[in-house]
Amino acid sequence: MKDLAETPRPVPRAVNWNRLEDEIDLDVWNRLTVNFWLPEKVPLSNDIQSWSQLTDDERQLTIRVFTGLTLLDTIQNTVGAPTLMEDAITPHEEAVLSNIAFMEAVHARSYSSVFSTLCQTAEVDEAFRWSAENEHLQAKSRLILDEYDATASPLRKKVASVFLESFLFYSGFYLPMHWSSRARLTNTADLIRLIIRDEAIHGYYIGYKFQRGLERLPEAERQELKDFSFALLFDLYEIEARYTEQLYDGLGLTEDVKHFLHYNANKALQNLGFEALFPEDACKVNPAIMAALSPNSDENHDFFSGSGSSYVIGKAVATEDEDWDF
Amino acid sequence: MGGLVYYSSASGNTLRLIDRLGLPATRLPREADAPLPQVTSPFVLICPTYADGYGRGAVPKQVIRFLNDPAPRALLRGVIASGNRNFGDKFALAGRIIADKCGVPLLYRFELAGTEEETARIRDGLARFWAQQEDKTCLTQA
Repeated sequence: MKDLAETPRPVPRAVNWNRLEDEIDLDVWNRLTVNFWLPEKVPLSNDIQSWSQLTDDERQLTIRVFTGLTLLDTIQNTVGAPTLMEDAITPHEEAVLSNIAFMEAVHARSYSSVFSTLCQTAEVDEAFRWSAENEHLQAKSRLILDEYDATASPLRKKVASVFLESFLFYSGFYLPMHWSSRARLTNTADLIRLIIRDEAIHGYYIGYKFQRGLERLPEAERQELKDFSFALLFDLYEIEARYTEQLYDGLGLTEDVKHFLHYNANKALQNLGFEALFPEDACKVNPAIMAALSPNSDENHDFFSGSGSSYVIGKAVATEDEDWDF
Repeated sequence: MGGLVYYSSASGNTLRLIDRLGLPATRLPREADAPLPQVTSPFVLICPTYADGYGRGAVPKQVIRFLNDPAPRALLRGVIASGNRNFGDKFALAGRIIADKCGVPLLYRFELAGTEEETARIRDGLARFWAQQEDKTCLTQA
């Protein structure tokens, strides 16, 4: 038991943003704060008609998927980001993590905005009950929470956090991208894309801090953490595969979703500085889903991917012209 | 075959791609006050993207500093850009900005550190591209 009288909490250092130990802290802080948003920004009510055109099964699936995503955001808001704060190396890192924690609360909150705009209270309550009882959703949450509770290993917590943010969300994110590719629930998809954008920065930042921690360790411990990371990813993947089948078999989309999972698992590993695991063939995501993910960003003008006969020279885009001298 | 110049931030994604490519490449320094490398022959630039939600800050400052000098800029022949598709239409935006600013083609885009297959595609693509460039030079001189 802690003797509070003998070990009072140390007074923290006041955070001085003009003295940085790691410039990435400020870069990421700036990105996150500029990207700040609230669900009220998205005109979700424009999806009411589209929602009414979905079948009962499609509506139930969508609500269930969103309650599953809400659970992950809730975990990240209340446990994940706060527990990473305890391990922060710099005071600025703690501040960035507090932003991440809050945005996770915004994400969790925004699914309820979708619900209150489009759905009946009873069907939403049923879906929250479903998520609380769903064995796969509970199992993946348990695996992540066990790592968050393993306070002896700051780097394992970061691995779990990156897998949650860069991998586990995508079985859910697939569905609004699928609807969007069919011109359904397009405003909801806009909201999900804001979440997807945030998660990329979170995964990048926590993965970067993981790499900084990893490089200070002796080779044997580095190898141990790498083995741990791949083992955890395999365990999570097993659960995700079952969860995906349960959700998407009815729509015949399971194989398509799994390709999306492989693709995102590789990106999660890359955020940690590791090589990709799944071969390119297993990661061939339906082009309609990729187009829904990055609209107006199609492949065909790449010289190396195309026939090699033509390429496009970029069109004018927003940039800081004052930085360029010509 | 021409050269490669690249920028890689502390996350090391671009550096990992360069290591896998196995081609000679010149790294631009991360430090704002570090001297920039002298480049004397034509090159392709590999550059990551750091745009915010509005596309600002897409091109790393060090890359802008390097290209602001007319001498290396005159030797730039093409750009390969990386990013993350999670950023939607801002994916690999640095490549489009540099291609536009400098009037060179955007050769390829990849995510994060790229995959094995993409590494091979870039290696083959560069070989084809430089061969084409040489053909053009021959035609101009003939």
